[in-house]
Amino acid sequence: MSIIVYVSTKGGDVLKSSLEAVSYAAQTAETSNQEVVAISVGKVNSMDELGKYGANRLIQVQSSSISSFQPNLIAKAIHEIVKMEGSNLCILSHDLNGKAIAPILSVEMNAGMVTGAVGLPDNSDGFMVRKGVFSGKAFANIKILSENKIVTVMPNSIEKKEFKNTTNVEDVDIELGTPRITVIDQKIASTDVPLPEAEKVVSAGRGLKGPENWQMVEDLAKELGAATACSRPVADMDWRPHHEHVGQTGVAIRPNLYIAIGISGAIQHLAGVNQSKVIVVINTDKEAPFFKSADYGIVGDAFEVVPKLVEAVKRLNA
Amino acid sequence: MKILVCISKVPDTTAKIAFKDNNTSYDTNGVQFIINPYDEWYALVRALEIKESQGGSVTVINVGGAENDPTIRKALAIGADDAVRVNTLASDALNTAQNIADYAKKEGFDMVFCGKETIDYNGSQVGGMIAALMDMPYISYASKMNIVESKATIERDIQGGKEVLEVEVPFVLSAAKGMAEARIPNMRGIMAARTKPLNVIEPSNTDYMTEIVGYELPPAKGECRFVDAENPEELIELLRNEAKII
Ligand SMILES: Cc1cc2nc3c(=O)[nH]c(=O)nc-3n(C[C@H](O)[C@H](O)[C@H](O)COP(=O)(O)OP(=O)(O)OC[C@H]3O[C@@H](n4cnc5c(N)ncnc54)[C@H](O)[C@@H]3O)c2cc1C
Repeated sequence: MSIIVYVSTKGGDVLKSSLEAVSYAAQTAETSNQEVVAISVGKVNSMDELGKYGANRLIQVQSSSISSFQPNLIAKAIHEIVKMEGSNLCILSHDLNGKAIAPILSVEMNAGMVTGAVGLPDNSDGFMVRKGVFSGKAFANIKILSENKIVTVMPNSIEKKEFKNTTNVEDVDIELGTPRITVIDQKIASTDVPLPEAEKVVSAGRGLKGPENWQMVEDLAKELGAATACSRPVADMDWRPHHEHVGQTGVAIRPNLYIAIGISGAIQHLAGVNQSKVIVVINTDKEAPFFKSADYGIVGDAFEVVPKLVEAVKRLNA
Repeated sequence: MKILVCISKVPDTTAKIAFKDNNTSYDTNGVQFIINPYDEWYALVRALEIKESQGGSVTVINVGGAENDPTIRKALAIGADDAVRVNTLASDALNTAQNIADYAKKEGFDMVFCGKETIDYNGSQVGGMIAALMDMPYISYASKMNIVESKATIERDIQGGKEVLEVEVPFVLSAAKGMAEARIPNMRGIMAARTKPLNVIEPSNTDYMTEIVGYELPPAKGECRFVDAENPEELIELLRNEAKII
């Protein structure tokens, strides 16, 4: 039997979040002796990474009707492959692509689903998966009871294990019908890693006083190779774009490093970031609640501390 | 336009998260409940704006027990015309979606709005499932939407950016930040909500595909290690050599 994993591509390259899903599938397959079959819609440039993270085969679905993002049609394509392979487990990333496709696929496959998994399935008594709930404030262990199953994998939460597989490629033509959504414009941000998948994040809050003071935040992020984020009031006041807003009502992230500058650490903010592996807090107020969730802290003025940090990282990088 | 808005009841964002019965159920003791922010601030308010400018109706639907009624009344106070509660436990997304879809099919709606996810189970599931069950296009993470006659123009969040698309009714969307501005119910709305219809219907589906076995709280953080503000270079050194993260 095989485990099916859906991979998204950008310009033919497989997204990092999808490689994590491949690795999740491969580590699940390892214990149950199954084959990992990746599915892409359209061409993948290089098989090296897919093989490295454990895909045995890649099925490239060619369909004239999918030239833009059509979740309904992609779900249908995945379901066709699932049937062809006789598989009953499908893995996707819990990125924006997976969030759009997986629920539709779950109806197509009549499959129970756990979204945003942070651990591999536990097969000791049924099929149980761990996921974050209450916006990062707790975890739940959820059993899938149905024969068919879908798991979506939270970005940045699975250790990628290396395999040395060679991925064989097959092309499949599937007639999927006419898309009902017409895409008329697209704004893709530069080549930067999207915030939910970034491994390092530098974030700042109202303590920075105004949008004109963000240069040092961007400098620090650039030197560290990090993405930038912000607290909700900062996005609400339009100091920063909305997609940078992290927290319970913004983007939930779990990078390896989260640096919070001039952010008080309100419970709603913490909810979206407290799964980060290492948290650094820089705040003038030593009583700021954020320090209780921090691994490292500096009690000090961001306007003095941050430029010094930028210089220190520059020296390190030199 | 006849619009259906799906609302979920969730703990207030400041609520204490604790579990009982050997960590198998959420301890609701002393917890205040609210409408899931994405459902209320974005999905519901945008639906009301469309109704106000173009006519039609806004129905809210919730799957849950009678204890949800005060939360549902709040949606009526904000301006929904009527409400439906499917009288069953909402513990499995597919079951919840099936119950909503069965009702929606019977009543016939032009659009179904959900929030992008709930802040308790963080599933991002129900909207897409309803769309598939009703064989309608699904537009996830919509951050703007306008509709002229039967054609909607929607901006949605996609991996790494945004996209603008056109779609004909009927469709299902999940709402994200940007769709609308939250509204606070006024006295008139609160008074009116008391007499607006809240119909309770029995579930059409009782199959469960998933089961929550138990909960865990994250391990407590260790002590914060403070670095002198005069010497921030030390932080970089610690991140490199102790945390091994840069
Ligand atoms: C329903 C609901 C949902 C919410 N969702 C979110 C969410 O998703 N995300 C979110 O972020 N918030 C959210 N909030 C808002 C949250 O409660 C806080 O109000 C918000 O996080 C505060 O942002 P802040 O820390 O930037 O600002 P403040 O709380 O004003 O904190 C500014 C901090 O900067 C420090 N400071 C000031 N000057 C300096 C300086 N020169 N150098 C260093 N530090 C300095 C101050 O000591 C202070 O700690 C939500 C609130 C509600 C009610």
